[in-house]
Amino acid sequence: MDVTVTVNGETYEREVEPRKLLIHFLRDDLDLTGSHIGCDTGNCGACSVIVDGTLLKSCMLLAVQADGSSIETVEGLGEDGELTRLQRAFNEHHALQCGYCTPGMLMSATALLRENPSPSEDEIKKALQGNICRCTGYWNIVEAVKSVADA
Amino acid sequence: MLLREVEYAKPGSVAEALQLLAANEGARALAGGQTLVNVMKARAASPDMLVDLNGLEELRGVELAGDGTLTIGAMTTYTELMRSAEAKARPILGEVCATIADVQVRNRGTIGGNVCSNDPTNHLPPLMVAVGARMTIVGADGEREVPAEEFFLGVYLTAVGPGELLTRISVPAGKKDGFAAVTLGAEGTCICNAAATVNGSVRVALGCVDAVPVLVTADSAGGVADAVRAANLMPPSDVHASSAYRTHLAAVLATRAAEEATAR
Repeated sequence: MDVTVTVNGETYEREVEPRKLLIHFLRDDLDLTGSHIGCDTGNCGACSVIVDGTLLKSCMLLAVQADGSSIETVEGLGEDGELTRLQRAFNEHHALQCGYCTPGMLMSATALLRENPSPSEDEIKKALQGNICRCTGYWNIVEAVKSVADA
Repeated sequence: MLLREVEYAKPGSVAEALQLLAANEGARALAGGQTLVNVMKARAASPDMLVDLNGLEELRGVELAGDGTLTIGAMTTYTELMRSAEAKARPILGEVCATIADVQVRNRGTIGGNVCSNDPTNHLPPLMVAVGARMTIVGADGEREVPAEEFFLGVYLTAVGPGELLTRISVPAGKKDGFAAVTLGAEGTCICNAAATVNGSVRVALGCVDAVPVLVTADSAGGVADAVRAANLMPPSDVHASSAYRTHLAAVLATRAAEEATAR
């Protein structure tokens, strides 16, 4: 089936099998390997992307279901080679160890901050509940998000 | 994980979806996909065709009638219900949805999908039974309404037959509701849950203790534990909880839910 999507502002048109998951489409067909496959069971959130403004796990969506949509992945967060405030905060607060969960964490935190620019610590934790860090480095991840929350 | 080969159809109307489901024996309705896609990965389900309901606006949204009755479209997501101003008329609905899984799953998973999958560990089946919801099912022969008490037939099995769809759920007016659950971690898989509604007497529906929600009634919250014991529950044992522990939890959670409902 023909699928046309806009990813990080760029339009792609590809022929895909209906059984292909969106995460595989992004990584294998579009070569956008920033979004990770962690658990492949919908638990870990490493594959989180924003589809038409909504944060989703791309391992639980078929690529054909994304036809016509506008997708944001971790590759699209920074502009002109500049990291976003949130990305810089992850760096400064040592909010990543192995980095595997980071793309998903960044997308979930980005979605949160758009809706709620000044989240409480509890709201940050709840917003990141669908993202698992296998290094268990949650403390610094929450600290990083807190540091960019508007006071 | 690569799914088994599957056909994909995106109908433009409920009528077209029904035709597709009726004409293809191996077809299955795809709602939010937060369960179905995963069980397809595991090959626990292998439909030949997915009939994607996501484009059907007629199945979305929450309406509030003058008498306080809420009508919830089956394809309404948990997040949409939580944010719906109309759904605040029965606050327990949004409150329970907020405890399901995580943000990403709530953004995509649907109310209809939750009840139609009828996993005994789901939160919405007992809640729908407690609040006295009515489910509208549409098929080739037209529409019928089934009370929640008769909707859940077995594990993963509901009154929605082959070639049929759940289109909406109507919930009568009310505020005196409660819900209690013990889960694996906050908002994880459920070990036992209970939903309660006070309307004169106390109605409590228990989840995770049988294939379908078990309804017990009592005159007051104080009588709920005895009513649960009198139901002679025989819940299954699994790696998370023994049958005896689930039975114990059932009485405790039913009481907590009933006390919350009574206090409102």
